[in-house]
Amino acid sequence: MRFREKVYVFFTALAVLIIVGLLFYIIFDIVKNGIRVISWEFISQPPREGMTKGGIFPALYGTLLRTLLMLIFVVPVGVFTAVYLNEYGSGKNFSKWIRLAINNLASIPSIVFGLFGLGFFVLFLRLGAGLLSSALTVGLLTLPLVVVSTEEALKAVPNSYREAGFALGATKWQVIRMIVLPQALPGILTGAILSVGRGMGEVAPILFTGVAYYLPYLPSSVFDQFMDLGYHIYIMTTQSFNVELTKPIQYGSTLVLLILTFSLNIIAILIRSKMRRGRLG
Amino acid sequence: MEAKERIAYIVVSLLASVAIVSVILIFVFIAKESLPVFFNPEIKKEANLRIFFLTRDWQPIGLEPKYSFLPLIVGTLKVTLVAIVVALPLSLGSAIFTAEFAPRRLREIIKPIIELFSAIPSVVLGFFALMVIASWVQDIFHTSSRLNAVTAGFALAFAVIPITYTICEDALNTVPRELKEASIALGATKWQTTIKVVLPSASGGIFAGIMLGLARAMGETMIVLMVSGNAAQITWSFLDSVRTIPATIAAEMGEVAFGSAHYVTLFFLGLLLFSITFIINYIASILLERTQKRLRGER
Repeated sequence: MRFREKVYVFFTALAVLIIVGLLFYIIFDIVKNGIRVISWEFISQPPREGMTKGGIFPALYGTLLRTLLMLIFVVPVGVFTAVYLNEYGSGKNFSKWIRLAINNLASIPSIVFGLFGLGFFVLFLRLGAGLLSSALTVGLLTLPLVVVSTEEALKAVPNSYREAGFALGATKWQVIRMIVLPQALPGILTGAILSVGRGMGEVAPILFTGVAYYLPYLPSSVFDQFMDLGYHIYIMTTQSFNVELTKPIQYGSTLVLLILTFSLNIIAILIRSKMRRGRLG
Repeated sequence: MEAKERIAYIVVSLLASVAIVSVILIFVFIAKESLPVFFNPEIKKEANLRIFFLTRDWQPIGLEPKYSFLPLIVGTLKVTLVAIVVALPLSLGSAIFTAEFAPRRLREIIKPIIELFSAIPSVVLGFFALMVIASWVQDIFHTSSRLNAVTAGFALAFAVIPITYTICEDALNTVPRELKEASIALGATKWQTTIKVVLPSASGGIFAGIMLGLARAMGETMIVLMVSGNAAQITWSFLDSVRTIPATIAAEMGEVAFGSAHYVTLFFLGLLLFSITFIINYIASILLERTQKRLRGER
């Protein structure tokens, strides 16, 4: 390679270095400033003294609860959408429409989901602004993740498995339920984990569908308003009357959210790469 | 037995149709809430297409509310432009390096790391931008306000990079080996092959990656809400505070009266945003499909 070309290649490598460096710097900065704040008390106590002291428990609780609720909706819908695409509907026009819709859902800006959640779940279905409306709104946003991940796993199940099932006299549904789905379990799990990782950090879709600035009590039903970790970070940094004073709390909250979403994504990556390696034999 | 099979099929089909129904409902409900802009005479007095696109001020609160979209559109374009200018060279450069020059082992480390970027919630990126990037921008450009289009655009680039990188890298990878080998056999160097053979063959995919990055930057809410400064104004400078369409919706929807002109206007903004990203996404998917077909040798 000529010298000039080496320089060009060096620049492309530099681009990688810059991106990876920035990523690590973000993590480093948040860990460095956040780690001092995190303690058992910070995780388990509610905010005190006008949210300038204390912990983040209600926000953490709200985030976990709305994400759990979201899973109940998004996993069956996502998994069976993928089952339809891969097992029943290959080649059908309906499948083409489903794919188009999934692609679209993946590209709609999150704030538009928020508007939809307000117009449809909160006002039209009269679910009110609360955990359920937020969970459903965020669920729609993460649906494509579950579908794509499950479909990849379904595709990886060898056709001979299905044929063996049919040869033993099993019906289509029995083959799906007893052979295909158990085989695809790691893929389904990956999808579910990814959707949780994504859903937890989303703030825009819940702005008008149920999140609250501060609540002195924990939500007791799915229709109650809730506090949320991501939203907590947002209001502490922009709406709080003393941003400097609460800076440690902001960093602590951000670190907790980052740890949650990152660890989930890393788990998903690990499962997936293990799955791929297993398939290659 | 027969009945059970049929029930299973029906249930699966019903669950599979949720995605289609949702997309339709999303469009219908956002359109429905913004329709009064055309049909309700009371609302039309305060908010109509002429006001949206031919006046200059966005001042929704006050005795005489003003609902011009222009400052919001200008703001959105500004941050999007900065984001793409920062993200494109970085993500395309990285894609070229990983797809063409990196050893396989290294490649398998780089890819997941860059893709991990997309696992950072946007509110965390916004927070980091507020704490760190805003100070960088202020130090470099000596601006009066820390929060401006450059800060927001820079932060947005973090959200754009994983998308553009992944799609560009995929596009480069689908270029058939025979093409590269033919070029090398003719005496071209690896770099010449990359620039003159691989990049042109993958151009459709790369362009799609840029477009999807654009759509992401335009629609991103939390980052811009936190670091753009949120001042609706029309200026030429990128170092002025700006207010974007998604940030406006996010900041104001919580405080409006249901059914008021302001409420309808915000939904109309949402409809606009939805339509733009829909069109961009559609074009990008066609581009991707076409490139893949061509590279597989189909016409």
